[in-house]
Amino acid sequence: MKWSFDILVVGAGPAGMAAAVTAAGAGQHVGLVDDNPAPGGQIWRSGAPLPAAALRWQARLDASSVVRLHGWRVFDCPQPNLLRAERNGSRPAHPDAEIDENRDCAELRCRALILATGARERFLPFPGWTLPNVMGAGGLDAMVRGGLPIAGKRVVIAGTGPLLLAVAAHLAARQAEIAVICEQAPLSRLARFAAGMFTEPAKLWQGARYRIAIRQTPYRTGSWPIAAHGRDRLEAVTLQQGRKRWDVPCDYLGCGFHLVPNLELPELLGCRIEDGFVATDAMLQTSVPNVYCAGEPTGIGGVELSLLEGQIAGLSASGSIDRARSLARQRRRKLGFVRALQRACELDPQLRGLPTNDTIVCRCEDVRHQSLSGHTTWRDAKLHTRCGMGPCQGRVCGAAVEFLFGWHAGSVRPPLFPVSVSSLVSPREPALANENLVAANAFHENAKETP
Amino acid sequence: MSEPARRIPVTVNGAIIQVAPGTTIASAVLMAGQTARVSVSGEPRGPLCGMGICFECRVTIDGVPHQRSCQILCTPGIRVTTKEMTEGSGGSATP
Repeated sequence: MKWSFDILVVGAGPAGMAAAVTAAGAGQHVGLVDDNPAPGGQIWRSGAPLPAAALRWQARLDASSVVRLHGWRVFDCPQPNLLRAERNGSRPAHPDAEIDENRDCAELRCRALILATGARERFLPFPGWTLPNVMGAGGLDAMVRGGLPIAGKRVVIAGTGPLLLAVAAHLAARQAEIAVICEQAPLSRLARFAAGMFTEPAKLWQGARYRIAIRQTPYRTGSWPIAAHGRDRLEAVTLQQGRKRWDVPCDYLGCGFHLVPNLELPELLGCRIEDGFVATDAMLQTSVPNVYCAGEPTGIGGVELSLLEGQIAGLSASGSIDRARSLARQRRRKLGFVRALQRACELDPQLRGLPTNDTIVCRCEDVRHQSLSGHTTWRDAKLHTRCGMGPCQGRVCGAAVEFLFGWHAGSVRPPLFPVSVSSLVSPREPALANENLVAANAFHENAKETP
Repeated sequence: MSEPARRIPVTVNGAIIQVAPGTTIASAVLMAGQTARVSVSGEPRGPLCGMGICFECRVTIDGVPHQRSCQILCTPGIRVTTKEMTEGSGGSATP
């Protein structure tokens, strides 16, 4: 037996949860596949108190008929109605047992596909950024939600975007000492952004609440880290604001320059990309028939927009066009925020000067800045230096070289992630792992208990 | 629920540590004072993205190398080894 659905949703963040629940509510047989151990995506990652909306959608998902595959990663899509996925953390039940890797590969068929693949942080290379304990801002937050003790630790948060304040507020609530927040955008631009937010009072209020929660912490605009120092892990960072430079000793640096969408799967399917995002019509259908897209891959717009888009995609994929259309009108009113946020987070050209000659740009292959600068395209650089050809397949350095050199990523090819040879050659249905569900549930129970 | 203080024993590079349910292996590795992989030019590396895309947190779990530790939860008795030399012969790590 193979797994077969009316609608398959890839990604179980807010957009994917909303899409799956809505489509199931419209009477469809829905599958939801995601590579994390539990639903929620990054923004609703458990391990910290979750907002009411997250608990509400989680409850709806739990009460729905959606078949959930947590801990599965889609690595190939030979046709728009056929996906192949591999289970994370595949391991033998007993340490001495033979590894049966076949049980960890699945073939998922569907009539319609909804891509809710989310976004990742944009990382920029600077001297020392490869030191352990230098992480993304969201990366550090995810580690803390995953159990990393942060109380009493000295933390610097840097980069750009609203995520910085949210992460700082969360870590401060866990008794981390936030030494400083460095936002690369200039104050004038942030002020313009905030002034334009009068149509989004909830977002303004949330930002203000974050700021109040960390009112003791200096928030420096037009400021960024220029170096991280330490022997075999982070000990201090050098920060810059205008002509001023100073050192801050710290245990962790969380540094991320806003978000970039996860476009690998949409690109593999041949979905048209416009200005760096998946192009859709108002019903969220992509350029490929029966393939829909919702959430950050259509434009970075945050949780509320993602929920709305998930519902629209779920309805239109189910053929409930009238209901989809009325939500699509609501969505249109929110798109101004997407553009305003993108403008606010635009990178300062000075950040191109951060890497020195021997700064590693491609972390997988340890390719340094000096060996890249002579090349004219990413393809050229790849062939000569292996930049972007390691296990992450350019997911980290791709956005960096685009900013540093203006190179655009080439074509996407399967497998989207490194997989075992047996997964490549032998697709099978997943043993819908009870242990997975049990682990996910335990995770949530634990999250609810967190004070 | 009824056992809020439940701890899960995890072995990291031979040392046993106790972690709370819901702890990722990546966090357990850092809690054990370890870093994750060694880069192709010999640098120690730790988690960067925390969400399964950067591959910097790869470790060997129960003898299976190259596992992204940030996406896998600790389960009782799991054995983790770090600092495998990552590229080249995939199965070189020994638990």
